[in-house]
Amino acid sequence: MKRIYVNEEWCLGCHLCEYNCAYANSGIKDMVKALKGAEINPKIHIEESGKITYAVSCRHCEDPICVKSCISGALSKKDGIVCIDKNKCIGCFTCILVCPYGAIRPSDEHAVQKCELCINNSVEMPACVKGCPNKAIVYEER
Amino acid sequence: MGVEFIYPEFEVIRNTNRCITCRVCERQCANEVHIYDDENKVMLADESKCVNCQRCVSLCPTRALKIVKSDCRLRENANWTDGTIKEIYKQANSGGVLLSSMGNPNSFPVYWDKILINASQVTNPSIDPLREPMETKVFLGKKPSFIERDKKGNLKNNLTPQIELSMPVMFSAMSYGSISYNAHKSLAMAAENLGICYNTGEGGLHEDFYVYGKNTIVQVASGRFGVHEKYLNAGCAIEIKMGQGAKPGIGGHLPGTKIVGDVSRTRMIPEGTDAISPAPHHDIYSIEDLRQLVYSLKEATNYKKPIIVKVAAVHNIAAIASGIARSGADIIAIDGFRGGTGAAPTRIRDNVGIPIELALAACDKRLRDEGIRNNVSLVIGGSIRSSSDVVKAVALGADACYVATAALLALGCHLCRTCQTGKCNWGIATQNPELVKRLNPEIGSKRLINLMTAWKHEIKELMGGMGINSIETLRGNRLMLRGIGINEKELEILGISHAGE
Repeated sequence: MKRIYVNEEWCLGCHLCEYNCAYANSGIKDMVKALKGAEINPKIHIEESGKITYAVSCRHCEDPICVKSCISGALSKKDGIVCIDKNKCIGCFTCILVCPYGAIRPSDEHAVQKCELCINNSVEMPACVKGCPNKAIVYEER
Repeated sequence: MGVEFIYPEFEVIRNTNRCITCRVCERQCANEVHIYDDENKVMLADESKCVNCQRCVSLCPTRALKIVKSDCRLRENANWTDGTIKEIYKQANSGGVLLSSMGNPNSFPVYWDKILINASQVTNPSIDPLREPMETKVFLGKKPSFIERDKKGNLKNNLTPQIELSMPVMFSAMSYGSISYNAHKSLAMAAENLGICYNTGEGGLHEDFYVYGKNTIVQVASGRFGVHEKYLNAGCAIEIKMGQGAKPGIGGHLPGTKIVGDVSRTRMIPEGTDAISPAPHHDIYSIEDLRQLVYSLKEATNYKKPIIVKVAAVHNIAAIASGIARSGADIIAIDGFRGGTGAAPTRIRDNVGIPIELALAACDKRLRDEGIRNNVSLVIGGSIRSSSDVVKAVALGADACYVATAALLALGCHLCRTCQTGKCNWGIATQNPELVKRLNPEIGSKRLINLMTAWKHEIKELMGGMGINSIETLRGNRLMLRGIGINEKELEILGISHAGE
């Protein structure tokens, strides 16, 4: 299955992935309109420590602990992608506690949010991958 | 500020209606032009630090940025231009030699733009390269002047070592140190994929790049940095650098700040020491001395590698080329005054040397007249900007062209001409690891391959139009060229007729 992988060697820490993610998931056609003055809450995050930077998003684990821990059945695995059903999520945040990567976060609504590889928006390739200026984030079979 | 104040050359224009304060500009600017004002939640700019490299412009996701030339002008006139006056101010401040990067920017004639190429009509057929075979392969090196046979009448192979190129273009010398590891890797990967060569420059060959040996030309310059037996045998040819088009008469200067880690090890000099190449080779004061070095290198490599001698295009270049052709060298590389550099004294870059077009025409003619043209191949460089420049150069007599500035542009260079600062935002002319990683060789090599593949297609199209199906047939075929808007003397040196003749 194709997944998003991050090559730390090429990550510049420019944070463009975060903005591209927020824009792609905003549903608004114009980036300025979508993000101007907004506090973004993307599904991918740059982890930084000194000069080391690295983008982190859902790994879509083989055996996802978040799905196992979900008490309402909101998280499930479909075609290898860990998906969230916002209507079922009760916002207990158990998944946020158990995810070893910190890839699940609270959203602006009641439910949690996580990367779903841009399958639910109009972007063909995950927006973070498409917008990465240095091919640090790639979408490939490994 | 004060009397030494010079108004910034560029202005950063930010469309605040479009800016989403993502701070990409701030994070990507090594010159620290962009600043985020946390209090007012806006981006600010200190344009006095801007070099117009366009990194921020290129990465701004909302196209909120542009860099424009400042219109704050001194009261200039045709003699005292803004630039001339400011150079006086700079020198009055610093007391130092002015430094610049990349090629001569002044408005000297570019003869490539004053030469037109022929095409077939009616009396001879043009060729469609998409339907018919078209040969762009060239071999560089001495060509035998006679055929030898053994007693049984079989042909004897009396061919000296050659460089085989899939097209008449190579990436010219840029040292590891002046450009980054990733820039070198991109060039090496692209050269291997394209079946052409890149050149190590005078900084030695990083141990990781020995695997690209058959596509590598190793250079021996006056500083002899990184030269050892394994190095000499690593490439497909050895180049003796006598001179460089951007700074004829002087050697390279790489500041100690760039001699770090692997650069120091590769150059075989201590970290932090300035790498200063002497202006001359101290063992070469004549053609006879050059011959000794040529044969020393041939001896060291068991006569298996062709030897290139690279010189800058200067006033007596034809006589110099004639001497080199008699020195035992297999290839002469001539670098015109528009050739790039990572740093050169401004006065030398802007006033020394001659255009490569004239140098090439003069050398090719002189070597033919003396009957020694086949002793050597001619490679020329110094601002070859497009495939049509390559075609014109070949028709003027070149066997191949050296391309460097165009290659750097493909890697992301925006010709801001501040390589000497070592803060290249595109990860090319820098040794700062944070900046070097901005050039991913996977992307860089792909872009170089794209560029050269495009040029190859265009070269075939231009050749096909002339009814020529082999680059060998085009070489020195000056009948395919006409000059436009140049005087009799220029036409005479170029050896071409005027358009309409």
